[in-house]
Amino acid sequence: MVGQKNLKADKDDLILVFGKGCLHAISGIDGEVLWRKDFASESIEVSHIIQSPEVIYVAGFVGSSKFYVYEVNAKSGELLKNNHVALPFATSGESLSVSGDKFVVLDDVRSKIVTIDINNGNINYNQKQVSDLIKDSSGQAVILPSKLPGLFALKINSQVLLIKVTNEGELVALDQIDNTAAFSNALSISEDQHVFAFVQYEDNKIQLSVKDVNDWNGALLKENLVIDHQRGNIEKIFINNYVRTDRSHGFRALMVMEDHSLLLVQQGEIVWSREDGLASVVDVTTSELPVEKEGVSVAKVEQNLFEWLKGHVLKLKGTLMIASAEEKIAIQKLRLRSSEKSKMTRDHNGFRKLLIVLTRAGKVFALHTGDGRIVWSTTLHALRKSEDCEHPVGLNIYQWQVPHHHALDENPSLLVIGRCGPSVTAPTVISFLDAYTGKELNSLSLAHTVARVIPLPYTDSTEQRLHLIIDVNKHAYLYPRTPEAIEILKREFSNIYWYSVETDNGVIRGHALKSNCIHEIVDEYCFVFRDLWSIVFPSESEKIIATVTRKSNEVVHTQAKVMTDHDVMYKYISKNILFVANAAPKASGEIGTATPEEATLVIYIIDTVTGRILHRMTHHGCQGPVHAVFSENWVVYHYFNLRAHRHEMSVIEVYDQSRADNKDIWKFVLGKHNLTSPISSYYRPEISAKSQSYFFTHSVKAIEVTSTAKGITSKQLLIGTIGDQVLALDKRFLDPRRTLNPSQAEKEEGIIPLTDSLPIISQSYITHSLKVEGLRGIVTVPAKLESTSLVFAYGVDLFFTQIAPSRTYDSLTEDFSYALLLLTIVALVAALFVTYVLSERKDLEEKWR
Amino acid sequence: MTLLRSILTVTLLLTFFFTLSPAFQSDELLLDDEEFGLEGGRPQTRPSSPNTAATTTTTTTRKRIPDSASDSKIQFTLEHAFGDSDFSEAGNFSARLKTWSHGAQTLTKLRFSRDAFTEDEKNKFQELLKRDDFYRIRLPSNVLSPPGRDYIVSSVKARCLPGDGLEEHFVIHTEGVNILAVNYGAPGACPFPRQLKLPAKWSFKSHTLLKNTEQAPRTPIFTEELIGGEGIEGELVQPIERSFWAKYWMYMIPLGLIVMNAVTQAANMPEEQAGGQAGAPPQQGTAVQRGTNSGVRRR
Repeated sequence: MVGQKNLKADKDDLILVFGKGCLHAISGIDGEVLWRKDFASESIEVSHIIQSPEVIYVAGFVGSSKFYVYEVNAKSGELLKNNHVALPFATSGESLSVSGDKFVVLDDVRSKIVTIDINNGNINYNQKQVSDLIKDSSGQAVILPSKLPGLFALKINSQVLLIKVTNEGELVALDQIDNTAAFSNALSISEDQHVFAFVQYEDNKIQLSVKDVNDWNGALLKENLVIDHQRGNIEKIFINNYVRTDRSHGFRALMVMEDHSLLLVQQGEIVWSREDGLASVVDVTTSELPVEKEGVSVAKVEQNLFEWLKGHVLKLKGTLMIASAEEKIAIQKLRLRSSEKSKMTRDHNGFRKLLIVLTRAGKVFALHTGDGRIVWSTTLHALRKSEDCEHPVGLNIYQWQVPHHHALDENPSLLVIGRCGPSVTAPTVISFLDAYTGKELNSLSLAHTVARVIPLPYTDSTEQRLHLIIDVNKHAYLYPRTPEAIEILKREFSNIYWYSVETDNGVIRGHALKSNCIHEIVDEYCFVFRDLWSIVFPSESEKIIATVTRKSNEVVHTQAKVMTDHDVMYKYISKNILFVANAAPKASGEIGTATPEEATLVIYIIDTVTGRILHRMTHHGCQGPVHAVFSENWVVYHYFNLRAHRHEMSVIEVYDQSRADNKDIWKFVLGKHNLTSPISSYYRPEISAKSQSYFFTHSVKAIEVTSTAKGITSKQLLIGTIGDQVLALDKRFLDPRRTLNPSQAEKEEGIIPLTDSLPIISQSYITHSLKVEGLRGIVTVPAKLESTSLVFAYGVDLFFTQIAPSRTYDSLTEDFSYALLLLTIVALVAALFVTYVLSERKDLEEKWR
Repeated sequence: MTLLRSILTVTLLLTFFFTLSPAFQSDELLLDDEEFGLEGGRPQTRPSSPNTAATTTTTTTRKRIPDSASDSKIQFTLEHAFGDSDFSEAGNFSARLKTWSHGAQTLTKLRFSRDAFTEDEKNKFQELLKRDDFYRIRLPSNVLSPPGRDYIVSSVKARCLPGDGLEEHFVIHTEGVNILAVNYGAPGACPFPRQLKLPAKWSFKSHTLLKNTEQAPRTPIFTEELIGGEGIEGELVQPIERSFWAKYWMYMIPLGLIVMNAVTQAANMPEEQAGGQAGAPPQQGTAVQRGTNSGVRRR
């Protein structure tokens, strides 16, 4: 959509909106669409719309060398005239409007500047060599997209050339600015005065200049400021003016940095800054905080003694109620900082952690779970824009090293994987970070690509986790690159399996390692692999729309599930299990584009070692989008039922029948059970799956399940609803064993009577009244306390909370009155004494009688 | 004598069974066989779970809608590879393709004939056993136009297969004329430290099963009254039916105490009267009376 608006918006002016190849004229009075003109059939790439009271000019390129102008009656939308000119060469890049009816564009080799002038619908063009304007024109020229009246900025290497377009269409070079970072649009501060701003780098300082468009010699403003180099380059700048106390013009500049943070600069100072990079979280992991060390002095904790004293004075003021409003805020801050919640050490319950988030800009932040503050942030060197890596993107973040044995003297470290560009064939960069300080320990540019990263369940003697990186050329690379890692891998060589999903192709393949790569250069950390199995879905009836696996670090407390009739079912628990949802190709679009007859949803549960389909089920008249979560032996998924016109959620629970006959007590006594026999994926599984579907009111953005330290606590599903809230729903509601009239015994077990829809109880929104704007993902992390799970939801907003699905049964609540408990004990002891003495005395009296 | 006879019967039965398992080989009697199949079903034991589109299930459907389907016979090959070798032919599947009046096609009545291992293949297989490597098989993904888009590959550790002879188990997942996947492996267990064991016989004992997709259970839809009676919260809050005693115990216990008190008093009364005949006038408090009386008695 291109919105075009008249700046001098009068009440009866037209508002022109261009979108999807169609120009709409909307009345400024009542918003009615007065007329529309379709340009979709003209195959024109409309780039400019010039509005005047009588006629509207619509201009743009067809292909790369034909420039078209359409003249449209502003009253009726009638096409008055159309005109075009064919340029003798192709153009490249966007054309820029310089003044009302003049455009500039570069030719495809970027050596000529073309000025196009539309005069009453007649098109004239001039061309000029870039080398005529600047001596050293060896680099690639780019027209900067800043809108300046009568001017445009041409960037060559790090220099920017400001060029004026005269009324005759002549180009005159006005100025040349070195080391430029960013240009703002022009801002009109009075009738005939337009100003613009630009920033230049000077050593480690940044110079912000504001100049008048028509007056080159004097600068209205020149300020120097220092910006933390962690923020990277300045990407964009916007200016805004105000009247100073001496009635002169003052300017504020808003800068957008490379790490997506915002800075407001005024009078050479950063007034405020915002880390808006946190709005685009890509991946999240957590890290434990340092272990509390003995003998840390007060002075060290409180920075220095003076600060410490000042804090106490403030607190004293607060208690004497003589603190001003600002001081009160300072006191609040102090309280927060010194409170138990926000300490920088590990706590007994494991509530305090560092959330390490990777943002799209390639910056890594560590957030404290206690108060959400940024503990450290690092712009990764490997993920900065450079010559070799033009569009770096952060992909994933993993725990690289988690020291348990040396937790006191070693810091955990993280692995960040990034890629130079959006395609999978772009080169890979990896970086290692210290989790406590954010220091980049090491960074590598890899020779191979990355298609998938597999953290292996093995660690070496320094507790570094082994990772396999699979590239697009069917090679697997082992990290860390140490001989010890090779040793460990050799030992487990035949036990490493993984799978790959080819979504476009509708194929899932299973792989295992084969041997070392055969290259000219011997690389013992490189392996080739073979395909063990493949599943080919019929392309005419099925398309893969969702795949979900279990979390690799999930803990399952018990394998057996005792039924109401004291029967035992064994959960089918396998780490190598994959849920796949396929939709009919016709119904893989938006809801409403397919009829119920042509929509089917087929779901699969697949063993990823052998490629066996363990369970397969079809939902007729249903379609995606499918959101699913896999945990223990069950999967819950959400989809749309076209026949019922409602969203549904289904559950499948998978039970292992081969162990089902281990119920006879005599078998246990005689040792004739198979419970202790090792489980292999090459067993032929005997599986029974139970399933049930329920209606669910909301459409869903994400589904997660709570995870606890030992997996004993009952689970809750965390559903990110379309309203950007997180709803906690007991897994009990999604139990396939729910019946209409549960027996007394079943009720006691906690089976809820069957209903057709899942209840949405407004108290169970864990976000309460808050909204996590633009919710994209939910992450759950177990705390050390079994009953509690930590929940982090991210989108444009970030949200963190602790939840206890079965209440905090293993700890006392915060408002538990220890004083009362003590008092009761003391009173009881006292009563004991008193009664003892009394009874002694009574006995004595009795005896004397 | 009886022992000998029983052994004989067992061996007879066994041979009968063995001849039945590779009984897939003869497919000339297919039409007759089908008619037999309609009546008595095939003598083979197949798990008759409802989701398996094994022979029995489909024939019953066919019974219901007569003349709605036409049959044709198709064949597709099984290919195998030893480790990373190339695939070569290993056997033949034959099945019956039913075309329904509404255009859908389904595969039924799967039969399998496996080619015996050649000497070369035996050697290769032994090599696999020694290395604990994979024995791989593949099937076309479309039975009408093999190999379809791609081959369906499956593999198993070779050491899992040798039992008494060589045992294998196929579960072929189909969707119309497409094969999605094949679950291939030994029919029984294959515990992890896989022992090197050479097969006693080089003949394959194959079990095959066709599997189709299963319908998801329908979401239960309740009538309006039920939903209405359910309450807004969604949870059924019903007043718990309690017994008379559970309801009124707080009244009953004091009442009981009072009654008991009264009874003991009544029991004490005659005693007092007997004990203190000479004693106090009747208008004196009972408590005082009792106190003095007991005291008197103790002394």
